[in-house]
Amino acid sequence: MYVSVKGGEKAINNAHSWLSEIRRGDVNIAELNIKQISEQLTLSVDRVMSEGSLYDKDLSALAIKQSRGDLIEAIFLMRAYRTTLPRIGSSKPIETGKMLCLRRISATFKDIPGKQKLGPTFDYTHRLLDFKLLADGEYEKAKIEKYDDKEIPHVLSFLNKEGLIQKEIPSGKTSKDITRNPINFPLTRSERLQSLSRGDEGFLLGLAYSTQRGYARNHAFVGELRTGYVEVQFEIPELGIEINIADVMFTECESVNQFKGSKKIPAQFTRGYGLVFGQLERKAISMALVDRSMRWKEFGEEYLGVAAQDEEFVISHCDNIQATGFLEHIKLPHYVDFQAELDLVRKIREEYKKNEQRT
Amino acid sequence: MKNESRKQWLSYLSTADENYLISLWDNLNMKIEYNWLREPEIGSVMVQGKAGVTGDNFNVGEVTITRCSLSLDKKIQGHGYVQGRNKYKSKIAALCDALMQTEKKEIIKRNIIDKLIKYKNNKRNEILSKTEATKVDFFTLVRGEDK
Repeated sequence: MYVSVKGGEKAINNAHSWLSEIRRGDVNIAELNIKQISEQLTLSVDRVMSEGSLYDKDLSALAIKQSRGDLIEAIFLMRAYRTTLPRIGSSKPIETGKMLCLRRISATFKDIPGKQKLGPTFDYTHRLLDFKLLADGEYEKAKIEKYDDKEIPHVLSFLNKEGLIQKEIPSGKTSKDITRNPINFPLTRSERLQSLSRGDEGFLLGLAYSTQRGYARNHAFVGELRTGYVEVQFEIPELGIEINIADVMFTECESVNQFKGSKKIPAQFTRGYGLVFGQLERKAISMALVDRSMRWKEFGEEYLGVAAQDEEFVISHCDNIQATGFLEHIKLPHYVDFQAELDLVRKIREEYKKNEQRT
Repeated sequence: MKNESRKQWLSYLSTADENYLISLWDNLNMKIEYNWLREPEIGSVMVQGKAGVTGDNFNVGEVTITRCSLSLDKKIQGHGYVQGRNKYKSKIAALCDALMQTEKKEIIKRNIIDKLIKYKNNKRNEILSKTEATKVDFFTLVRGEDK
């Protein structure tokens, strides 16, 4: 029950003033500007764009600055801004095969057309704090080498040719945009993928990890992981001409999962798919694993009653803005609610006492 | 005017680095008379992916877009659909689109479109050459028993 109560206005205003001051920090230290954030904290910026579901680096950097680096708060700001934007339209489906790759690896095949390219990765670093970064501005320059500018084919397309892996064929089912329509379970895979792509990285990581540890038989290989820029094509309504309206960085993961076969399908490999804005490979891999575990029905697998198989559980809880909104609202005044509970407990205790005296 | 070439210049204008495009335009110092058909507005386009590369379409998320339309006279219209939230960039794109349909075409092509193409190609080459340098060359160690 909510009853409006007046008061606290001055306290709130003063709290906001202090928030503003503490956000600035020590004034003897130079203020962060948005470009510094978008250029130097790129992976935070990517995460806020991905989970904020809006690709705009400057806005993401602004949100990070405004939220004092609290990324969920920053994602909240992005989502709120996103809702104010008129929707101009929908792009053509992107072609990740034409990606301008910064990174492209496969954990399933060593020798692949287009080769393994590590890109700017933390993998193989020793995870030791680098005290050189405490000092000023030294950095190594990237090395360059001559290249062939050829399209890099998807690794799983080779398995496809042998029929060893399940094919991804359009179902023809129409999917709703979950940001425009309330979701109704069961969902289409497209609706699940949209939710996962904007879902919380930590939540998806935990669920994906649970599938690896045995909660859903789902041993996954990373068939391919690629990060790079993709041209987004959009038809200009006035002209009927399709143009490259935006260049967007994506990370894509295709997982390969062993599958012993079922009544419906002979033994073959199956797939999970992850596609997210930015260079967020932990999230792309997590997404692929969770996508796969939720496809049990499609492949005629057994339902083991685990969280990662339960689309209603996963999709209802993977959105960190919904989650934090409901969670954090309980710190707001619930005085009347609680008063009612207090009265109830007192009444029950009185009755208990009376009964005790009687016996 | 062929759609193919218009598609090309609109694409380079849309994805241009905004500061670079603005500096190219401002350097031209052109005074162009125009009327708004649609003043610059900020919106979004929903980006679609494909499940498992070849399956069903799905919505990945939105990207910010600014658009405007203007006319130089009754016949010639320019449309400025650009990535990001810069209204001036959108207006420049619309003006360039319009001027590419006039006798000023060569000036715009030489001083703006060609430079945007070069800029983007350079960026692409930079990424490709850095990525190439991180290519893994596998080799197998020779084992003793083969001697």
